Amino acid sequence: MIHFSQINKHYGQFHVLRDIDLHIKPGEVVVIIGPSGSGKSTLLRCINRLETVTSGELIVNGTKVNDKSTDINKLRRDIGMVFQHFNLYPHMTVLDNITLAPTKVGGLSKEQASEIAMKYLTKVGIPDKAKSFPSQLSGGQQQRVAIARGLAMKPKIMLFDEPTSALDPEMVGEVLDVMKSLAKEGMTMVCVTHEMGFAREVADRIVFMDQGQILEENTPAEFFDNPREERARQFLSRLNH
Amino acid sequence: MIDFTILTDHFQEYMDGFLTTIESSALALLGCLILGTIIAVFRISPIKPLRWFGTAYVEFLRNIPVLITVFLFYAGGPVLHLNLSGFASGTIGLAVYTSAFVAEAIRAGINAVPKGQMEAGRSSGLSYIQTMRYIVLPQAFKIVIPPIGNQCINLIKNSATLGAVAGLDLMYQADIINSETFDVFSTYIFVGIFYLVLTIPLSLLFSYIERRLNRAY
Repeated sequence: MIHFSQINKHYGQFHVLRDIDLHIKPGEVVVIIGPSGSGKSTLLRCINRLETVTSGELIVNGTKVNDKSTDINKLRRDIGMVFQHFNLYPHMTVLDNITLAPTKVGGLSKEQASEIAMKYLTKVGIPDKAKSFPSQLSGGQQQRVAIARGLAMKPKIMLFDEPTSALDPEMVGEVLDVMKSLAKEGMTMVCVTHEMGFAREVADRIVFMDQGQILEENTPAEFFDNPREERARQFLSRLNH
Repeated sequence: MIDFTILTDHFQEYMDGFLTTIESSALALLGCLILGTIIAVFRISPIKPLRWFGTAYVEFLRNIPVLITVFLFYAGGPVLHLNLSGFASGTIGLAVYTSAFVAEAIRAGINAVPKGQMEAGRSSGLSYIQTMRYIVLPQAFKIVIPPIGNQCINLIKNSATLGAVAGLDLMYQADIINSETFDVFSTYIFVGIFYLVLTIPLSLLFSYIERRLNRAY
């Protein structure tokens, strides 16, 4: 469903992504971990072309992402994204945040979109907040709205870019619970996160990155208990302190 | 002290000038908002020559006196075989001059909206234009209102330059009244009051709008 072949990316002199080969199947949950500055978020953001690549081929849903003839807006409809800082639209109510893309991009009527929005708000546990503005919600609630907003487009893929890093520790659990239930339902998910417990429990595969390279791809059990790479071992041992 | 007979004797001239000042300011305001928005779009556009043009436009106009801009249109018209009246060249000059400041205010407002807003909109499948329209511009609008309000008031005050090119405005009429009465102080005190009648309510209106917007979310 997502195929990186020999992807490289440079920011001027800085080589952000090096020879990335990664293939993700439908329904798979892949968690990308690694130290900061290792290129995890950049890799994730290439999937919906928030970042362009310098060379190599990236195919998502059968479409070449970086091809000139690609209708990027069409490709992005099928890819939901959740950001570290939620990025809810502060001037709109929760309901309007969720219905904007389904009405303007998906062509649904206001009523149809509201119905879908309420369904997903119920799913993330805060249907009573539909009429609130984002500033009236806690961080955890905002991030759950952001997930509902992504789901409302009925995407085939969901991308999570450190979804719990900006949350108070107490709020992390409620967001991870929503992500877990999503994974159980068979959503294709790519997550950049520092939540190792979540990675171990939910991921089908762990991708470990450092300095723009994928150093190790492994099952969670193997990766956490018996990592192949010295750098991964080092990284994990520092986390436990 | 202040000779009120000047106001009563020349009320018609004052009113003519006052109405012309309102007319010129309203037209120039409309013009500078349209021009300023276009230039702001140039300045944030991904196309380099447009950005260069926008920057040159803003830097040139921001750094010359408004009187020079008005003279450029007044004296430059005949060179291009285009005879503009004092009113027309003054109003166009005023609109062009103020548009540079408006463009800067709008550009700053758009840039003040966090980058994540554009990313969230685009990643949901909205086009650049849709994201601008539904997400970025409504937020930029709120940021832009106070500086635009200031520019609006500056524009009204700067409209006094029409007097220098026979623009038939308040300042022009005052110069005529003054040449008849030789009472400089009284003549221009009333001019000042006429400008205040325009600017103070406007200033109050903008702070009211600002308060309303701040309550919105």
